[in-house]
Amino acid sequence: MVELLFWPALVAYGEAAVAYAGHARHPGVLGRAATWGVRVGWLVQTALLVVEAVRVEGFPWATWAGSLNLFVWLVVSVYLVWGCRPRYRLLGLAVMPPAAALLALSYVAGGIGRDEAADSSTVFLVLHVGLVLAAFAGFTLAAALAALYLWQERRLKRREAGIFRLVAPALVSLDELAARTTALALPALTLGIAVGVARLVQRDDGLDALGAATFVTWAVYAVVVAARYGLHWRGRRVARLTVAAFGLVVALQLALPVAHVA
Amino acid sequence: MTVVLVGTSHHHAPVEVRERVALDLEGAAALAAELADGCEAVCLSTCNRTELYLAGDDAAALEHRAVRVLAALGGADEARLAPVLYRLHGASAALHAFRVAAGLDSMVPGEGEILGQVRAAYEAGRPGPVLDRLFRQALYAGKKVRAETAISESPTSVASAAAALAEQVFGELRGRSVLLIGAGHTGRVAARNLAKRGATITAVANRAGERADSVARAFGARAVALEDVTAVLDAVDVVVSSTSAPGVILPADRVAAALPARKGLPLFLIDIAVPRDLDPAIHGLDGCYLYDIDDLESVVAESLAGRREEAVRAEAIVAQEAERFAAWHAARDVVPAIALLRERAEEIRAGELARAETGLERLSDSERRVVESVTAAIVNKLLHLPTVRLKEAAAGTDGGAYADAVRHLFGLGEQPEDGERS
Repeated sequence: MVELLFWPALVAYGEAAVAYAGHARHPGVLGRAATWGVRVGWLVQTALLVVEAVRVEGFPWATWAGSLNLFVWLVVSVYLVWGCRPRYRLLGLAVMPPAAALLALSYVAGGIGRDEAADSSTVFLVLHVGLVLAAFAGFTLAAALAALYLWQERRLKRREAGIFRLVAPALVSLDELAARTTALALPALTLGIAVGVARLVQRDDGLDALGAATFVTWAVYAVVVAARYGLHWRGRRVARLTVAAFGLVVALQLALPVAHVA
Repeated sequence: MTVVLVGTSHHHAPVEVRERVALDLEGAAALAAELADGCEAVCLSTCNRTELYLAGDDAAALEHRAVRVLAALGGADEARLAPVLYRLHGASAALHAFRVAAGLDSMVPGEGEILGQVRAAYEAGRPGPVLDRLFRQALYAGKKVRAETAISESPTSVASAAAALAEQVFGELRGRSVLLIGAGHTGRVAARNLAKRGATITAVANRAGERADSVARAFGARAVALEDVTAVLDAVDVVVSSTSAPGVILPADRVAAALPARKGLPLFLIDIAVPRDLDPAIHGLDGCYLYDIDDLESVVAESLAGRREEAVRAEAIVAQEAERFAAWHAARDVVPAIALLRERAEEIRAGELARAETGLERLSDSERRVVESVTAAIVNKLLHLPTVRLKEAAAGTDGGAYADAVRHLFGLGEQPEDGERS
């Protein structure tokens, strides 16, 4: 059953990635095909996650490979909120190829179709892993939006004559959306960290490297949110900061163990 | 029943001719009503074309009638008007209608106004089953082309390019405020274009105070002195400048001084004046986007080139729709012929069984049912292949000819001869 759902989801995401690339070259019907690929893929992946959870009667995504599966679903879920609008189709080109690749990686690394649930309680995992992953999904999309902002801004600054050949969202909309996404993701990360800390205190454990990196991530994004809403930074400056923050967080995650030591 | 199109357009006739045959919507409706005597009629008249679409059985007569009407409208005899008229029949006429609705026959490829004009002409006309289908499908093709290609997405004039670029910065312009510097014609056109998209002209600045007052009143804006422009920069989103000043009237340092109060909000500036009003260094300031007349013209030129490229894809969509219409039209000829053929065969079968009634009397009920089903099966098997072939022919261009041949060979639509009567 898991296999039956995984492959269609991967194919749909793959189709969306290819169609978005085609749309960037020839805007038109391929954009719609891409949108449908995302919708169908998301529905199938949702069913996949439900089947996985029901099968093990718990939370099967506590490993790093399992987290990838859940992370991809969260990223696509947030993208679906506005990504199906024609103006945001370019964003799909930034979101869907990595989504398809990460889903495939999750499968190859054994993160899909695990037979047992994690040892920890489901409530803790849903709150901790779920909230932290949701926050990272938000940061990922905020970075994609900020990158799109910088690209669109560069086109305007260069006064590109062919600017209308490829429709992109307006600068102000991208700026607002990136800021709002970050501002929503940060409280989710805060709650996720709080649950994790409560657990550490309860078990009388210390903070490991991954936990410390998550604190650094929180601090970095707190600076981004403070700059945007406290100092009223907008536009290019805050977009660069958002992309840099994401780059730093990705580098930290790649340099550290992929799961908690405990 | 054939579609006949007679018309003239900017491709064939100069404006002196087009203006004589042009009609408003009411005139087009009246003409369609006048022409719809024994046929279907729709009259499409815009500033670039006047076209009469007729559908009826006698194509030559319809064409002659349309030419006569256009000649009367143009106040010229038919022979003098003939060189500027095009006359298309059947599939060519349908393809032309689809190209017109898609904006492919327009002066600016993909322009959006024509689709509304085609709809208005269709609604005001006297279409029957054929023109009804033709125009509904033309409207569908027009929408499809605009949805599946980027032919209509780019601006085609300096003013619309300026407004579209402002949308690239701000998204919807509703609620955005505009400062108009200079009260000249070009600037007002650009400002009007912005206003049409929802922006509000909040201030008008001009050297001559009186002129600024009257333009400001027209836009419902307030007039400001040219020297006080910097004071309003913190409250506007778009600046349109088109004065006849001999040099720069807004230096970059004055704009830079206004930026902190804007709290990072972008400022879009359009300079359509020659010599330029706005300091080119403004474009280098963070959050400021300055486009001059050359920038806007190159955007328009690129847009038009893009539209021409998209037109190639649009032509393929239109050709597909024209094929679908041709198939429908051919099937219109064939389906009644098939129905008549089957009706006639059934009539003969029933008649022959009735004539053999005395011989069949001694058969039991079940034996009679066998005879019934065998005769019905023979008729069905005999007619199966001709039916399939007729339907295949309907998909091509020979449908009508095949249908006529079947009608002729089987005497369909004629009274059966005595020997065939039951």
